[in-house]
Amino acid sequence: MTLLEQARPADVQSDGFVERFRSRAADIGNRGLILTGALVVILSVIFIAMDGAKLFWIRFLDALANGFIYGAVALALVLIYKATGIINFAQGSMAMFFTFVAWVLAREQGWPVWLSIIVAMVLAAAFGAAFERIFVRPFDPSNHLPITMVTIALLSILDGLAFMIWAADPKGFPSPFPSKLSNYVMIFGAKVFYATVGIWITVIVMTVVISLLLSKTKIGLAFRSVSSNLESSRLVGINVGRTLQFGWALAAAIGTLAGSLVLSDTKSLLDPSFMAKILVFSFAAATIGGLDSLVGAVVGGILVGQLQTMVGGYITFIGSDLVLAVTLSVVIIVLLVRPNGLFGKVRVERV
Amino acid sequence: MSLLQLTGVKASYGPVEALHGIDLHVDEGEVTVVLGANGAGKTTTIRSICQMVTTKGVIEFNGVSLEGKSTTDIARMGVAHVPQGRGTFADLSVEENLEVGAFRRKERNLRADYDFWYEIFPRLGERRAQLAGSLSGGEQQMLAVARAMMSKPTLLLLDEPSLGLAPIIVQDLFHRLQTIKKEQGVTMLVVEQNATLAFAIADRAYVLEAGEIALSGTSDELKNDDAVRRAYLGY
Repeated sequence: MTLLEQARPADVQSDGFVERFRSRAADIGNRGLILTGALVVILSVIFIAMDGAKLFWIRFLDALANGFIYGAVALALVLIYKATGIINFAQGSMAMFFTFVAWVLAREQGWPVWLSIIVAMVLAAAFGAAFERIFVRPFDPSNHLPITMVTIALLSILDGLAFMIWAADPKGFPSPFPSKLSNYVMIFGAKVFYATVGIWITVIVMTVVISLLLSKTKIGLAFRSVSSNLESSRLVGINVGRTLQFGWALAAAIGTLAGSLVLSDTKSLLDPSFMAKILVFSFAAATIGGLDSLVGAVVGGILVGQLQTMVGGYITFIGSDLVLAVTLSVVIIVLLVRPNGLFGKVRVERV
Repeated sequence: MSLLQLTGVKASYGPVEALHGIDLHVDEGEVTVVLGANGAGKTTTIRSICQMVTTKGVIEFNGVSLEGKSTTDIARMGVAHVPQGRGTFADLSVEENLEVGAFRRKERNLRADYDFWYEIFPRLGERRAQLAGSLSGGEQQMLAVARAMMSKPTLLLLDEPSLGLAPIIVQDLFHRLQTIKKEQGVTMLVVEQNATLAFAIADRAYVLEAGEIALSGTSDELKNDDAVRRAYLGY
C-alpha cells in the first residue's frame, strides 16, 4: 500500500516531444495550404489580367455548380472511405442507375420531378443498405482489397444492366428547377440561371443536413465512432454492421441526388455513362480534400470544378480534351506538397 | 456463484494456442488481478472474455454462457472493456467519448454523469471539448476508464492500464481506480505487470505463466509468497 499512499493525485504532464512533433507536422501542413492558396490567387490574377474580371467572374460562377456536384459525390466517397477504408468504385454507377429510376418515375410514370428524385433516393438508400448486408459484411472489414473488388463488380453489373434496360441513346431529364431561358438572376453582372442557383442551394442544404445527422444524432455518433475506432466501437456495444450499413445507404442517396443535379442543367443528357467523367473528377476532389475529411471533400470539389473550367477556358491549347489530364496532374502536384491532401489528418499515433 | 467464471478456457490465434485451459473466477464486488510477464497470456485472457479471440471451454457471465456471442452483445450485457493501448476514439472530443461510452444506455441526459467523471478526473473536464487524440497517454487512459464506466457496467475489464505511462501517472491512476472501486462498487478484472500496484487494489489475484495459471489466492497470500515476491515484486 505504501506506494499508493505516497501517490498524490499528480497533475499529468503532457509530454513535450509529441506536442512538438505535432506542431511541426501542422506547420508543414499549413505551408501546403498557404502554397495552394497562393497558387490559386496568382492564377486568378493572371486569368483576370488576360481577359478581364467580368469573364473570370462568369466562369467562376459557372464552375461553382460543377464544383458543388463534384463535392457532393466526393462527400459520398469520403463517407464510405472514412468508415471502411474502401474506395467505392461503384459510387458513380449507383448514382447513374438510380438517376435512371428517377427518370422512369418522372418521365414514364409522370410523377412530379422532386417526388421522383426523393423516391429514387430512398430506393438507392435501400439498395445501398442491402448491398452492404449481402456483399460487404461477409468480408473481413480490415481486408480492403476484396471489398474494393466487389465494388468494381457492382460498377460493371449496374452499367451493364442500365445499357440493357435503357439503351445508350441519351435522354432528356426533367429539370427540378425553373429552366426557361428567362429564368436567371444577375449577380454582379453575370447571368446565372435558376438551375445553377438551385444546384448551389441543394448541395449546401444537403451538406448541412448530413453534418447535422452526423453530429447530432445517435446513429451519427455511432458512425463517427466506427470511423474512428472499429474495435472500441464493438467494445462499447455499437452494432458495427448496422452502422456501416447506414453509411452505405446515405452515400447511395447522396449519389442519386448528385446525379439528378447534374442533369438539371438542360444541356446534360441522361445515358448509362453520364456519371463516369463526374466520378473521376470527384475522386480528384476527394483526394485533394484528403479522403478522410468531409469539409475537404466539398472544398476539393469546388477547387476541381474551378480548375476544370478555368484551365479549359483560359489555356486554349489545352481545350476540353486535355482538361481531365491537367486536372489530375494538379491533384498529383497537390499530393506531392501535401501527401494527406489539403484537409486530411497527419496521423501521429501514440504508442 | 461468481459473476464471471472461466473453466478450462483455451484460446488461440490461428494455429498458435496462447491459453492452455485456465480456470478463473471473479466474484461480485471484488477486484481480481491477473499478473504475468510479457507473453504470459494476460491480454488473451481478457480478450477471450469479450470473444475477440477464438476460444474453447466455458466462459460464463452472470450464469450465461458467452460462447458464440459477439463482442457487441457482450458489451451490451454489461461488460466494459478498456483495451490495451486505451482504445479511445481519437477523432471524437473528450465529451463525445464519454457519450459513446454510454451508448448502450437508454437515457440521453448524461450531464450529471459527465460532471461526475470530470470531478474524478479533473483533467478530462478541462479538456472536454478537445479531441481525444490530442490528449497525453495518461489522460487517454483516464478517458478510457471513464468511458468504460459511463456504460454503468457490471464488470469492468482493464487491460494493463499502466502500460506506457510514467510511474507517477500510474500511481495517480490506481489511486483513482481505488476510489472508483470504493464508491461505485464495480467488479473489476485487471490484468497487470506492475504487481505492487495491482496488489494494492486487488482482493484476489492469479499469476499467469506461459498460458497457464501458476498460482492463485487472496492478494495478501500472494503478496507474501516467496516465488511471487522474487519474480514480480523484486525483493
